[in-house]
Amino acid sequence: MGKFFEKFPDPLARLIVVAVAMIALGVFAYLVLLPKPVKDIEIQRADAVKREKAKPVKYAGFHACAECHDKLYETKKKGYHRDLSCETCHGPAKAHTEDPDKVKPTIPTARAFCPQCHAYNPSRPRGFPQINPVAHNPLKPCTSCHNPHDPKPPTTPKECSACHGEIARMKAVSHHVQLECTVCHEAPQQHKVSPRSVKPSKPQTREFCGKCHAKDARNAAKGGKGGKGGKESLAANAPKIDMAEHGEKYVCWQCHYPHSPEVEQ
Amino acid sequence: MNPELIHSLQELLKQIQGYIYPNEIEIHWGLLIVVYPYITGVVAGAFILASLVKVFNVKEVQPLYRLSLLTALAYLLVAPMALVSHLGHPERFYEILLTPQTSSAMAMFGFVYAWYLMAVLLLEIWFVHRTDMIDMAERSAGATRLLYRILSLFSKDKGERAVAFDHSALKVITIVGIPSAFLLHGYVGFIFGSIKANPWWSSVLIPIVFLFSAIVSGIALVVLLYMIITPLTGGKINMKCVDKAVDFLFYAVIVDFSLEMVDFIHRVYQSEEEIKILSEMVMNKLFASLIIIQVLLGMLVPLLLISLTKIFKKRFSLNEDMRKMVYFISVILIQFGIFATRWNVVIGGQMFSKSFRGLTTYKMEFGGIEGLLYAIALLALPIAILFVLLKVLPPWKELREEGETGTEAIGAGM
Amino acid sequence: MNGRRSFLRGFLSVLLSGGTVGGILKILPSKADAREAPPKGKKWYGFGVSIDKCIGCARCMDACKNENNVPREPFFVRTWVERYITRKNGQTTVKAIAPGDEATSESVSDKTILRSFFVPKLCNQCASPACVQVCPVGATFQTEDGVVLVNEKTCIGCRYCIQACPYGARYLHPKTHTADKCTFCYHRISQGQLPACVEVCPTQTRIFGDLNAAASPMSRFLRMNKIHTLKPGLNTEPKVFYANLDGEVR
Repeated sequence: MGKFFEKFPDPLARLIVVAVAMIALGVFAYLVLLPKPVKDIEIQRADAVKREKAKPVKYAGFHACAECHDKLYETKKKGYHRDLSCETCHGPAKAHTEDPDKVKPTIPTARAFCPQCHAYNPSRPRGFPQINPVAHNPLKPCTSCHNPHDPKPPTTPKECSACHGEIARMKAVSHHVQLECTVCHEAPQQHKVSPRSVKPSKPQTREFCGKCHAKDARNAAKGGKGGKGGKESLAANAPKIDMAEHGEKYVCWQCHYPHSPEVEQ
Repeated sequence: MNPELIHSLQELLKQIQGYIYPNEIEIHWGLLIVVYPYITGVVAGAFILASLVKVFNVKEVQPLYRLSLLTALAYLLVAPMALVSHLGHPERFYEILLTPQTSSAMAMFGFVYAWYLMAVLLLEIWFVHRTDMIDMAERSAGATRLLYRILSLFSKDKGERAVAFDHSALKVITIVGIPSAFLLHGYVGFIFGSIKANPWWSSVLIPIVFLFSAIVSGIALVVLLYMIITPLTGGKINMKCVDKAVDFLFYAVIVDFSLEMVDFIHRVYQSEEEIKILSEMVMNKLFASLIIIQVLLGMLVPLLLISLTKIFKKRFSLNEDMRKMVYFISVILIQFGIFATRWNVVIGGQMFSKSFRGLTTYKMEFGGIEGLLYAIALLALPIAILFVLLKVLPPWKELREEGETGTEAIGAGM
Repeated sequence: MNGRRSFLRGFLSVLLSGGTVGGILKILPSKADAREAPPKGKKWYGFGVSIDKCIGCARCMDACKNENNVPREPFFVRTWVERYITRKNGQTTVKAIAPGDEATSESVSDKTILRSFFVPKLCNQCASPACVQVCPVGATFQTEDGVVLVNEKTCIGCRYCIQACPYGARYLHPKTHTADKCTFCYHRISQGQLPACVEVCPTQTRIFGDLNAAASPMSRFLRMNKIHTLKPGLNTEPKVFYANLDGEVR
C-alpha cells in the first residue's frame, strides 16, 4: 500500500482507489446481483411478444358464424351485404361462440343504426347506396322494408338517385336539372338489380352534346319535362356554341362536368 | 382512469384551431421538460465561465471561479430530478442505464451526464478544494472534521508533489471539461434537433443555439449570484471581475442572437411547407413568450443596456452604482429570456399539428407533478443546494481577497 | 523527479484525452438499423387502404377500441378516419370523424365542394421506424414479422416515441402510463385472423396481409393500384400503403 502511494502523487492514488472500488462494485452488482431479465433486452422483448399474443380476442371472424347460423350465412352470401362481416353490425361475437346461450350479440334494430353507413354524405364514394334518413320513409324501422341479410330494396328503384345520390343532388341544382339521367345514359334494367354486372352507357362523341348545344341544333333532347313545347324549348334555350371551333381537340366532358355544367364567364 | 386528465383534455378540445391528429391533443412534454434544459444550460454556462479562468487564463474573473463550479454542481444535481419526475414510470428510470438503446440520444445522454458529473465536475471541484478541505479538517472537530476527512478522501498530503499534481490535473480536467460541457448541453439540443417528425425542432442549428443560450444563461446566473451573495456576506463586489464577465456575456448574447436570427431568416427564406402553420403559431400562440420575452426583453434590451455602458464608458466608469444596476437588470432579464427560449422550443414544438393544419394549446397546471409549484420548487432547489455547498466549501477567501483589493496577484491560495 | 512528473503529466493527458475521444465516439447515438424484409416463406406484414372505398362509417374505430381495450375517450386512438373537403377556391379542411357522429343528413349537394373523401389512418408499422430509434430503453421494438410493439412492462413513459412519430399514431395510455399504439392486432394475426378494423370494414377499404405472399388481397392491391405512403420524404418506410391517396393528405 505504501509503495502504491509512493509511486503516484497522493491525490491520484486516492482517486484510483475510489475509482477501482466503484467500478468493481458496479461490475459485481451488474454481473452477480441483477437478475437476468433486468439486463437482457432480448428476454424482455420475447416476454412482451408472448404477452401480446396471449391477449384475448373479441371478434370471432368472418366465417365463425357460419358454423351454427349456416342458413342465414348462405342468404347473406347472395345479397348486397355479402362482403360484410356479421360482426360489422352485430358487434364482437367471440364470447358468443364460446358460450352461445349465455352471451348474445346485439341485434341492431334502431333506425339510427343503418344511416351510420347509408346516410347521404358528399364524401362517400360514388355509387354507394345512400338515403336521406329524414326523408326516406320516416319513422319506419329500416328492417320493415329491407332484410339486413339480403338488403335489396323492396322494389327495384325507379330513380338512379337511389344509389347515385351525390350526382342526383348535384344535378338537381345545376343547369341540367330538367334532364333525366336516361337522356344521356342508357341504363339496362339489370343494372338496377346487379349494378356491377352491367354498367349504363355514356355518351361517346361531341355530337351527342351538340344535339342541344350546337348552333344549328334542331332536335330537342329526349326526355325533359313533358308537355307542349317542353322538349323543343329545352333544346332551344340551351346555350349554343360553334361545334367546329369550340374546344375542337377535346370531348365536351373534358372541360365541363355534365352533372353540374359550369361555364367559364 | 384519470378524471383530471380527461377533464383537462376536454377543456382543450374547445381551444383547437384547425385540424390536429386526435392523439396530438395531449401535450406530452410540459413544464418539467422546459425546466430541464434551462437547468442543464446553467450547468454548461457556469462551467464555461470557470474554464475561462483555468484554460484561457482570464485573470479578472478569478473571483467567480469557485462559485461557478459550485453553481454548476448544484444545478447538475437537480437536473435529473426534473426528468425522472416527468416519466410515466419514474421507478423504472434505471432501465436507461441497464438496457440503453444506443440509437437513442436520450439513452446516451444518461452516460454523458454520468461522465460529466463524475469525471469532470466532481473531479475538478475535488482538486480545487482538496488542500482547503485538509485545512478545514484540521481546524474543525467531531462530525464536521469527519465530513472534511471523507470529502478529501482522507488525504493529508499538502506537499509540493501533491499540490503540483492538483494543478496539472486541474488543467487537464478543464481542457477535457470544455468539450464535455459542450457535449452535455449540445446533447440536449440534439435530443430535440434529431426528431425529423417535428419541423420546429428538426434543425442542425438547434444544438448550437441551445449551447450558446446555455452559455448566456450560465454566465448571467453566476454574475447574478455573485452580485447578491457578496454584499450579503459582507464583501465588496469586484467591478473589474463583473465587467469582464459581462463582457463575455455580451459577446455570448450577440452570438446567440445571431444564431437565432440565422435560424429565423433561413426558415422564412426557404419557406418550406411548414412555414405557414409555424408563423401562425408564432404570431398567435407564442407572441408574448417569443417576441416580447425571449427576443425583446431577454436579448435586445440587455444588449442595449450593456452596449450603453460601453458607449458611455466614461460616464459609467465614474458611476459604479449605475453600472451595477444596469448589469443587475440585464442578467435578470436574461434569465427570463432564456427560460422563455426553452419554453418556446419545447412547448412551441407541440402546439402545432404534424398535419400542418392546426394549432392546440398548452394549459399549465398549478399543482401536481407537472404543475407550476413543483417547477418553481425545482428551480429554487439548486439555490438551496448551493447554499449548503457554499457553507461546506466556502469560496470567501478568494472572493474576499479579490473583492477588497481587486488587483491582488492570483497565484496566492490557488 | 522531473522526468517522473512529466511522464505522469503526459500519461494522464493521453489517458484522459483518449478516453474523451473514445467516450465521445462510443456515446454518439448510432442510427438504428432498418429491418430488411425477411426472405420469402417468413411473414412480413403490411396493410393496404383504398381511399376510394371508404364510406367514413367509423366502424373500424369502434371495433379497434373494443378489441384492444383502448380508452373510450376521443383523445386516445389507435386508428382514426379523417374527412377531407377540398373546395373550389382551393381551401382544404380536415376533420376527424367519430363513431358517435350524427349521421349527416345533407339533402342538398354543396356546390362549393370540388373533392371530398375519407382517409383511414393507423400506425404505419414502418420498416425504418423513428419511434424505435429514439426509445431510450428499447421498450418499443420491431418483431421479426414487421410489427412494431411496445413492451408495457419496460416502457418508462418518457414519451420520446410519441414525439418522434410523424403520423400521430401514438398516445400515452392513461391507465398504464406507457406508450400505446396500433399493433395490427398482433394477438389476432398470430392466430391467422385479421385485425379487428379489417374484420368489420363494410367496404373492404382496409386490406391486411403478408407482403411476402405470392397471391393474396395484399399482393393484388399492390399490383393494381398506384401506391402512396404518408410522408415518404421522412424515409420511415411505412408499411401501410394507400391507393388513390390525394396530395392534400398529410
